[in-house]
Amino acid sequence: MNRAPRPTDLALNRTGIYLSPTDGPAMVEGAREAPSSPGCTRALAEVRRQYAGEVGVIGHMPAPASLQVVENAGAAVLRRHRVHLLLDKLGERLAFERTGVRLFDALIAKLEAQGSWDRGPSLATLAQFRAEEAHHFALLQDVLINLGADPTAVTPSADLAGVELAGIVQVVSDPRTTLPQALHAHLVAELVDSASWELLVDLADDFGESSLAHKLREPLAHELRHRDTITTWLKRHAALVAGGALKYGA
Amino acid sequence: MTLDLLREHGTPLERQVFTWKDLVREPISKLDDEAFTRVRLIVAGAVEQAAVRFQHAAVSFGAEHRILLADLRRVEHHQATLLRWLQPADQSPLESSIAVAQAAVEVGAQVARCEPDPYVAQALRLGLLEDFDHLYRLAALMDRLEGRDANAILQSYTDIRPGRPTAAQHRAPEDDLRRWYDRSATAPATKLHARIAGALAYQARDHYLDVGPTFADPVARQLYAELASVKEQHVTQCESLVDPNETWLEKWLLHEAAEVHVYWGCLCSESNPRVRAVWDRFLAYELEHLRIVRELFEKTEMRDASEVVPAVLSEPLAFAGERAFIREVLASEVELGAAGTEFVPRDAESRATQSYRAQLARDGSPSETVAADYRWSPGTELADPRIRDASILPPPLKATGT
Repeated sequence: MNRAPRPTDLALNRTGIYLSPTDGPAMVEGAREAPSSPGCTRALAEVRRQYAGEVGVIGHMPAPASLQVVENAGAAVLRRHRVHLLLDKLGERLAFERTGVRLFDALIAKLEAQGSWDRGPSLATLAQFRAEEAHHFALLQDVLINLGADPTAVTPSADLAGVELAGIVQVVSDPRTTLPQALHAHLVAELVDSASWELLVDLADDFGESSLAHKLREPLAHELRHRDTITTWLKRHAALVAGGALKYGA
Repeated sequence: MTLDLLREHGTPLERQVFTWKDLVREPISKLDDEAFTRVRLIVAGAVEQAAVRFQHAAVSFGAEHRILLADLRRVEHHQATLLRWLQPADQSPLESSIAVAQAAVEVGAQVARCEPDPYVAQALRLGLLEDFDHLYRLAALMDRLEGRDANAILQSYTDIRPGRPTAAQHRAPEDDLRRWYDRSATAPATKLHARIAGALAYQARDHYLDVGPTFADPVARQLYAELASVKEQHVTQCESLVDPNETWLEKWLLHEAAEVHVYWGCLCSESNPRVRAVWDRFLAYELEHLRIVRELFEKTEMRDASEVVPAVLSEPLAFAGERAFIREVLASEVELGAAGTEFVPRDAESRATQSYRAQLARDGSPSETVAADYRWSPGTELADPRIRDASILPPPLKATGT
């Protein structure tokens, strides 16, 4: 780490009300004296409920790229729905892994700029994790093509994964954030990713696709390792700070 | 403190250049920088955008001097870019809206307080109490949607309490038009104030229109639609204050003078040295723009530019909290509305306005919904145990026995 000052250094953070000994009490007094807007606090929930009853969904599954999916699914309606669920979740993982590669790109740049700590992340490990994310992306692309689906289509769950990841991308790609701050954000992604791969393996098993489930177990093992490794790095960082070996806390 | 617009030298146009790195600098800190640093960036960005819009419109109406307009416009555009890009990425759209509303309230209050023409001052105060209420509704949205405190952005400079209720701000279009000032008789300060207020209103309108659809929550989407509509009214009001008999060169001159006025105020009050350097640089740019347009005006219209713009600016914009003035206006004018070009008690508003307002609110009022029974409290309304512990579930249905 070669940047200074650090976010846990004391400086003039102006967000708290106690920093304004005159204006702060004036704000409180002004709000207390004024009437609140009329109405019941349930009003907001009522509008949400009303819209929920009127609107459609975010989007639908795309039509298959070939007839293979439909043929595989057979005629049963229930089975077709299960296929769509599996394809939606495969699409979600594919989107997540694609973004995961880019998150590691940003983490590597941050580590190169800021350095690491004792038993913290190394370039080699981050590069290896990145390669694994890229491999998972390629694997899912093959799986979807083999199932007759279009891997470039954005499924509803894939779309929402992009929304979920948006905040993480913002934290990791911001040049003002430190490596521990960025890793903390990335841990959110890894926690969701590992849990979602578990869900996907279970789904393939339930679906009777044992060979697919087998293929998905290796990425699951990788993702569990990513999750645990990043957790260990962050714990180690906190321990070094607590022990006084590092002069910055975040 | 004064600024002599005739004697101060600006930066020659050929030296008003940028690089991409220069345009994209380290942003201000949402946490550490002063709220008024953020407000200055918003206000200066707004007057830059107004200048760019005017210069585009001038060309589309067949104005001469297309090359000069294009040259200056390109610089203004890059100035606006640099200012916007100083806003940090960890500032959410809703936090930006809180900041935009604070800029409208605080700078709106200052120009209203300093405005020498009583009628124009009244119009500016009308807008002020409406922006003030928008801030309260946005703060309620921030607390109730995201569980966050708007005061982390406002830094206790601006009260969070109801103003003229947003639901009562919707007026028929003809009731948003005001009498225009007389170009030959009115003080230059009035001409500048009308432009600064108009630029801020336009900026807030565009901001609400851009940001509103980025929300998923239906109440947030509705609230932004409602606020954008009021800001459209405010743009209408501000535009209508300006004498339409001004020549286009006269208008151009006033736009440039308004920019100088804002940058000078920014420079005089800035606490962040990095941002202060930007104000210093851009004030020098605008002084040169003003000089160029002044020479063009005098050559073309064969009259002294000091008939239109002041030779000396006598008082910079202060960019300081206006709590006392706002509370005074709130206490005396919250019940005011407008009918035609006049300001009237709200119960004397026109039938057209009453009917327009009733039509819009037929399916409910977003600004009332979001802030129903909302009272700001430091941190969140949840700091109040009565609210924190209140049931959020609807009352159970009564058994009918059938």
